Amino acid sequence: MEATKKIELQETARAIRWGALRAISNVGSGHVGGSLSVADALAVLYFHQMRIRPEEPLWAERDRLVLSKGHAGPALYAAMARRGYFPEDWLDTLNAPGTKLPGHGDMRLLPGIDMSTGSLGQGISCAVGMALAARLTGSDSRIYTIVGDGECQEGQVWEALMYAAHSKLTNLTVLVDYNRMQISGQVADVCDPAPFAEKFSAFGFAVIEVDGHDPAEISDAIDAAKANTERPTAIILHTKKGKGVSFIEKKMAANHSMRIDSGDLRMAKKELR
Amino acid sequence: MADQEMRQVFARLLEQAMEEDLRIITIDADLAKANATFSLREKFPGRALDVGIAEQNMASIAAGMTSYGFRPWIGTFCCFVSRMADQILLSVGYAGRNVKIVGTDPGITAEINGGTHMGVADVSMMRGIPEMTIYEATDAVQLQMAMPQILAYEGPMYIRLARRQVPTVWDASMKFDLWKAQILRPGKDVTIVANGIMVAEALEAAELLAAQGIEAEVIDVHTVKPLDTETVCASIRKTGAVVTCENANILGGLYSAVCEAAAQYSPARILPIGIRDRFGEVGRLPYLKETMGMTAQHIVQAALQAKEIKN
Ligand SMILES: Cc1ncc(C[n+]2csc(CCOP(=O)(O)OP(=O)(O)O)c2C)c(N)n1
Repeated sequence: MEATKKIELQETARAIRWGALRAISNVGSGHVGGSLSVADALAVLYFHQMRIRPEEPLWAERDRLVLSKGHAGPALYAAMARRGYFPEDWLDTLNAPGTKLPGHGDMRLLPGIDMSTGSLGQGISCAVGMALAARLTGSDSRIYTIVGDGECQEGQVWEALMYAAHSKLTNLTVLVDYNRMQISGQVADVCDPAPFAEKFSAFGFAVIEVDGHDPAEISDAIDAAKANTERPTAIILHTKKGKGVSFIEKKMAANHSMRIDSGDLRMAKKELR
Repeated sequence: MADQEMRQVFARLLEQAMEEDLRIITIDADLAKANATFSLREKFPGRALDVGIAEQNMASIAAGMTSYGFRPWIGTFCCFVSRMADQILLSVGYAGRNVKIVGTDPGITAEINGGTHMGVADVSMMRGIPEMTIYEATDAVQLQMAMPQILAYEGPMYIRLARRQVPTVWDASMKFDLWKAQILRPGKDVTIVANGIMVAEALEAAELLAAQGIEAEVIDVHTVKPLDTETVCASIRKTGAVVTCENANILGGLYSAVCEAAAQYSPARILPIGIRDRFGEVGRLPYLKETMGMTAQHIVQAALQAKEIKN
């Protein structure tokens, strides 16, 4: 990736973080940590890799994204707004009565959300279904899904992986947000799904481990996934929960769902704007 | 106690139970912080487990642990209780295991977590499981009285709990019987049957009706299964007009239970207040009650209508 492109995507990721935080601060609290950790992946997907038409969100030949860790909705909305799916001021309606933007994305409210999610473990199976359907219809569109590392404790995730590899779904790319935290603390202390790379490859996936905050590395991995004609690819994103705002990062697992008041927002602004 | 969150009260009661009975263990699925059971881990090393985000695994693990005499309490949000449907049906229910299943954030109390997190199907699903007892705490005072009886009962039970503060309607001088519906306010004109957060709403409706000269009988059906048919049907026979109020899908829950009983023993016109076979949405409680037609005013309207139909 060219240096200028990388800088541009880094800037986009910062804007996504800012948009997510601003939206959350409007409601007062929300899923901060897991929103901030996926911002770079969303920047690469929406602003560089995915074949999409924001002005025609239901375009049949679009690439799909299923945010299986649905609680990162605020980051998804911030990315979509910036990409032109809807006006940026809609972000201020996050979780407001009658909103199109509930904390967990809802495909019946907002065109462009490819699947409603919020109960962990289900989205990845929906993505497998999309990948099967794309192949069945002869579509060359690609399917992306983002799962949490804690989410991988759900058995359904492994059922999905098994069937995806078994079905040789080369059009499917699974991104794991390996931020090492869940609500109760460190994923490794609760019930460790690691080592991801070994497990995913034993299940039949091609696995690429990247710095999940480096757009160039993420994008290269997606290029490699596209080039793989044998197996579906899993990209392990090594990330930090709360990435991009130091006082939020420092809270560790406590940043999963936290309050953001106007003072917090001002502090965050120094690093994000 | 009225100023305490339900989850705090619950966690304290569970802690006390774990102190007194070494067979009691708890299992969470990454929601111990949300349900206030996190502190049990320090107090009872090895007896307060967390299987990670794996509800189905949790249910069947609990069933397995009963094999060595343990009495597991498992917990998650009500919405994810439906996720364990088959595990609760077979590993717990069919196998007849003494597992207590705690669901929190019932129905619209999930508020800002939104539609994906609003348990609307958990009660109907649980009612469909043979031998399952279903208790929904009305307030903290009642929960405290219920706990010893829940502990004494050796069988599968679903316990539905609000997480935050709820209005107190019970007082400690009242007698609580897990298997008996409680008449909280006697009346002769219309029966209002309610559970969970809807009990307070029903009592408020009864006040409003009283102002119009209508005497409503308010019954707290904290245990929707098995239903206390005797108390409910006796009231229905007396009033002939009924409204049920629940914070769950009206299909398969309290409304269904009362209709089923009345159809056999005391036919009457029965109108439902609750989640009317629709999904939840994001919002705060006052907004959601209004949108779903679950306020005291809505109950009053339904009560008047029920009386109208009867006459
Ligand atoms: C089936 C299910 N169980 C529980 C929850 C509640 N919940 C929301 S987020 C979360 C933790 C997720 O951890 P992880 O997947 O690691 O996401 P991240 O740390 O990136 O936010 C839990 C348990 C849920 N949404 N779905």
